[in-house]
Amino acid sequence: MSTITAHEAIGQALAEEMRRDSTVIAFGEGVATKRHELVEEFGRARVRNTPLAEGIIAGTAAGAAATGLRPVIDLLFAPFICFAMDEIVNSAGKLRYMSGGQFSFPMVTLAMTGAGWGVGAQHNHNNEAWFVHSPGLKVVMPSNPADFKGLLKASIRDDNPVVFFLDIGLLYVPGEVPEGEHVVPLGKAAIPREGSDVTLISYGKTVHACLAAAKTLEGEGISAEVVDLRTLKPLDEEAFLASVRKTGRAVVVHEASRTCGVGAEVAATIAEKSFASLAGPVVRIAGPDVPAPSSYPLEQAFVPSAAQIVTSVRGLVGK
Amino acid sequence: MDMESRRESARALFQSMVLIRAFEERAAAAQAEGKAPGTCTSVGQEASAAGVVKALSSNDLILTNHRSAGHLLARGADPGRMMAEVLGKATGYCKGKSGTLHISVKELGVILTSTIVGGELSLATGVGLSVSMQGSDAVVACFFGDGAACEGIFHESLNLASLWNLPVLYVCENNQWQAFVHRKETMLADHISPRAASYGMDGVTVDGNDVEAVNEAARVAIAKIRETRKPFLLETYTYRTRGHYEPDDQTYVDPEELASWKARDPIASYKKKLLAAGTVSEADLAAIQREVETTIDGAFLFASESPYPAAEELLTDVYA
Repeated sequence: MSTITAHEAIGQALAEEMRRDSTVIAFGEGVATKRHELVEEFGRARVRNTPLAEGIIAGTAAGAAATGLRPVIDLLFAPFICFAMDEIVNSAGKLRYMSGGQFSFPMVTLAMTGAGWGVGAQHNHNNEAWFVHSPGLKVVMPSNPADFKGLLKASIRDDNPVVFFLDIGLLYVPGEVPEGEHVVPLGKAAIPREGSDVTLISYGKTVHACLAAAKTLEGEGISAEVVDLRTLKPLDEEAFLASVRKTGRAVVVHEASRTCGVGAEVAATIAEKSFASLAGPVVRIAGPDVPAPSSYPLEQAFVPSAAQIVTSVRGLVGK
Repeated sequence: MDMESRRESARALFQSMVLIRAFEERAAAAQAEGKAPGTCTSVGQEASAAGVVKALSSNDLILTNHRSAGHLLARGADPGRMMAEVLGKATGYCKGKSGTLHISVKELGVILTSTIVGGELSLATGVGLSVSMQGSDAVVACFFGDGAACEGIFHESLNLASLWNLPVLYVCENNQWQAFVHRKETMLADHISPRAASYGMDGVTVDGNDVEAVNEAARVAIAKIRETRKPFLLETYTYRTRGHYEPDDQTYVDPEELASWKARDPIASYKKKLLAAGTVSEADLAAIQREVETTIDGAFLFASESPYPAAEELLTDVYA
């Protein structure tokens, strides 16, 4: 184990995968500038800066992926993906199906989002649900440095287009990461804390709010299990359904806005597939349906807090 | 070129254009008879497809758009499997999942057909990058229209291709129509090719209704790309004589303009030219036309008799 940040973990994953497979290339806005160690090791043909033009960055990745390369692209902030929607959604996500399976699109799109830097709604927009709703894509959003590394390695090896969200609030927080080969399979949730009274289901930054809430609740005699989804598509239904069948209560927590968010899908799945095990309604705690504000207190108020989760769970268990 | 190879080349170009015309008119007729869904044709533009594609080598790659039948057929795609795709049959090149608009044929190097106007431009740079990084001498031909040249991605694509020295032959088929809107309503200049200069790229406009001129211009452009590994913009100036899609009554089209372009029909003009020069005989051309009709009859029969995809196919080919 070594203690590194998520940013460093991403660098390790990229370097290891580029070493392992000569078809892996990385390009995007400032990639060669920010990841100069990759340029030194792999050269400017494989690690490239690009114009600030998200459409052509993503389109180039899709075209390259269909013809033998494995591009990892960095679009910087998640709202900028709006300029690359056609290339990611219409091309990478659909052209395999539309061609009757003739092509595959092994590419990873990196994009930062989330509260923490006060950058405002055109740099901070947790839009991961858009991609969960789009066919042919996979969507990943890790919560800790080890998962950033392991999930990115798995994403690069995957033969499908993966949209990989980086919560900026987590990028420079250190954590333990296994040395060497550490691959976390896509589509597998983690249970960072076991419990028996309520299941807290989350991903990204709010996993930590759930863990903090679970600790508080423990002091009140309430045992909370935390499920970290890690991959939002494909969703590890079995993991959270098994947990809810055990605890009988579910609270879904995410920073993204509530309406049609991933939490809605999780809640509906629980209602459909384990209604009988529920002792109460499935509760969603999510960001409001407003653009993310810049001002620090407002930005913090946007994000679900441990206190909100604790209050909600108390209501649910009747304490 | 000696007389015999000139005759062979002329026959191939003529046959290709006649095949494209016959295929698209059959697809349009099938739509009118209620036997096929709507389709987008390139009737009037056959010289552009045949002229450019016949100038490519077998390892070159093609990206195209919703008016793709010409590029596919000129490349040697089986009209039966194409018609099957138009009818949504399991024997289609894309198992019926593409339909008429998005046919790709990987084995022929006709890859990544996008009907999002400009989609092909966004993908071409990536294919060019693959070719370039694999050290191949292949050229990537990307077909798009004047409509796509009005999209922002046109600039992004040409800028990156020239910046990264990607071997892309950009072929703008300027057919004067952007869906239901005349080009004159959407851009001030008549031509796209001068824009190449902004990217340090060569740009040439050729009469897109003269198949030999297109073929020659494409050969020159392709040779230059192979030599320099830099992109090139070739504009084929032509006209879409049918509507945006089938059915389309074209009430929005100026009849005089349409008539003037129909008088310059690429197939009729080429036939006249070949006969005048004595390159091929009338009987020879008539035989080609008969063969093509038989081919298209066979293609339609094959497509009609082919099964629809099994219900399970709905859920396959989503992920690799």
